[in-house]
Amino acid sequence: MTMTETWVLSAPLLLPFATAVAALLVPRPELNARWVSLGGSALHLVATVALATMIWQQGPMAASFGGWQAPLGIALVADTLSAVMVLVTALMGLVCATYAIADVGKRRARRHWHALYQVLLAGATGAFLTGDLFNLYVWFEVMLIASFGLLVMGGSRAELDGGVKYVALNLVATIMFLTAIGLIHAITGTLTMADLPARLVGADPAAVAGASMLLFGAFAAKAGLFPLFFWLPAAYHTPPMAVTAIFAGILTKAGVYALMRVFTLVFPEGPAMDVLLVIAVLTMVVGVIGAAAQTDVHRILSFHIVSQIGYMALGIALGSALALLGAILYMVHNIVVKANLFLIAGVGRRLTGSHRLGRGAGLYAAAPFLTVLFLLAAMAMAGVPPFSGFWGKLALVQAGAAEEHWLAIAATLGVGLFTLYSMTKIWLRGYLAEPERGRARRLSALPGPARVALLTPIVALTAVSLSMGLAPEPYLAVAERAAEELLAPQPYIDAVLGLHPTLAEGGPR
Amino acid sequence: MEVLLALTAGVLAAAGVYLMLAGHMLRLVFGVTLVGTAANLVVFVGGGLTRELPPLIGEGLTAPEGIVANPLPQALVLTAIVIGFGLAAFALALALAAERRLGTVDPEAMRVAEPEDAG
Repeated sequence: MTMTETWVLSAPLLLPFATAVAALLVPRPELNARWVSLGGSALHLVATVALATMIWQQGPMAASFGGWQAPLGIALVADTLSAVMVLVTALMGLVCATYAIADVGKRRARRHWHALYQVLLAGATGAFLTGDLFNLYVWFEVMLIASFGLLVMGGSRAELDGGVKYVALNLVATIMFLTAIGLIHAITGTLTMADLPARLVGADPAAVAGASMLLFGAFAAKAGLFPLFFWLPAAYHTPPMAVTAIFAGILTKAGVYALMRVFTLVFPEGPAMDVLLVIAVLTMVVGVIGAAAQTDVHRILSFHIVSQIGYMALGIALGSALALLGAILYMVHNIVVKANLFLIAGVGRRLTGSHRLGRGAGLYAAAPFLTVLFLLAAMAMAGVPPFSGFWGKLALVQAGAAEEHWLAIAATLGVGLFTLYSMTKIWLRGYLAEPERGRARRLSALPGPARVALLTPIVALTAVSLSMGLAPEPYLAVAERAAEELLAPQPYIDAVLGLHPTLAEGGPR
Repeated sequence: MEVLLALTAGVLAAAGVYLMLAGHMLRLVFGVTLVGTAANLVVFVGGGLTRELPPLIGEGLTAPEGIVANPLPQALVLTAIVIGFGLAAFALALALAAERRLGTVDPEAMRVAEPEDAG
């Protein structure tokens, strides 16, 4: 019983690492590594479905390793939020691995792009599953180092330029994270997240506030919150689209997840949450204004990542069950739809030869099928009912109204309008307008296998987004439970510290 | 001793930030390394200092006898040093590649990914 639980909890972590090793060792990686990566990603998805099913049936669950029970040992722990994040990571992993078959060239494959990609997935999965603050830091590093490699592997001038900014800011955030860990350990003597709330009772409030703000700064930089977001639009548009899509989907959301986890469980009250409300609104507004000024599809979308992180931050800052529900629902929607928009933009670039509005145009006449897919994703991104972005925003606005944060509501709705403006801009100038010179190719001009590899992920993500919009009940139920668990974390704490009934019956010592 | 090490961490961090602001990739990497060392010191001192009592368990025992140094911060710092070393190596390689391909070591002057006329 508990042995099974341990395996189910660790399989989503072990599989990407095993796949990375296999992709590294496979003969002729320029041809074969992509298939290893695809197969491994499919297994990863199966393993996370098994994990999510078990968590849904049995509630929060933890596994200790090395024969030491937490808080002395290090635990893997999953509640509904972790399970959802791991599941979405695996889904995005499979989708982008499929897209990468056609999108990532032989040169990158020979440099073991696919192995690094799997390490990125492993790092993200580890960050979502760990129950220990220092291990969270280590998983962030695993994710970060893999992302560095994926970002600059092509060695083009734009990639190196974006890479410098990305690496510099993330290194600083990393050091802030490490310092905060040192301070928290000095205050409490523990780093197990489930053990921290009890140990912080009666601690010196000034020391706790300092440590928590350092931690907040680190997570805010990793999530791309105002004013620490400049690295994101500087770097995200430079590598191949499969990389940008997985970055846009998973990387910044790992920062949001860390904020959500640590600031509901460990520091539910403190200066960080007061600041976060203001920061969330500023992030939304600045991101969307930045996007309005851009004429490059990828950069418009990159600025929108920043803006939309603001919605999730708003949900965390409001902190009610409804607000967290909205934030979680919006986060899942955003991962799926944002990645999808990047994948669509990648196909658009292949057909038109440019991602600059004006030059890369005429897609409506050349590729009507792609146009429909773009329109569905763009409407979902803008939050037009009944598409998937609507429900999360609705929950956030209702939560804001319940606490009478009128300014935040105004920002939420106004930013939605501006998002629609940006999407309309891409629609008018990228799809409807005639290109400045030449003309866009048709989808049938792409070689057959590449067409399948590029379009299957887009169709799959569109289907997920449509199901979230048209039949939101199951998604709402999951998000509601995840939010409730965040606000009443005792079962999570009990699972880690060994008071869970299934662990008490002769589980690991 | 704690006060002395805390002051050292402060000086290291200040010097590191100064270097990071110099507008030069190489100094940026050195600066990050210095601040990282300061962070490692904070972790180490935060765990409490115990002199000359290594955390070793004698033969036939299951727990150390008497007072020993706290082994956790040592393990944490060791991990952090390894990670920091890897990151510094990568950052140096990146600085070198950027200098060769972009022809500048000033991050402010790198405008390939964000051309000023595209705004």
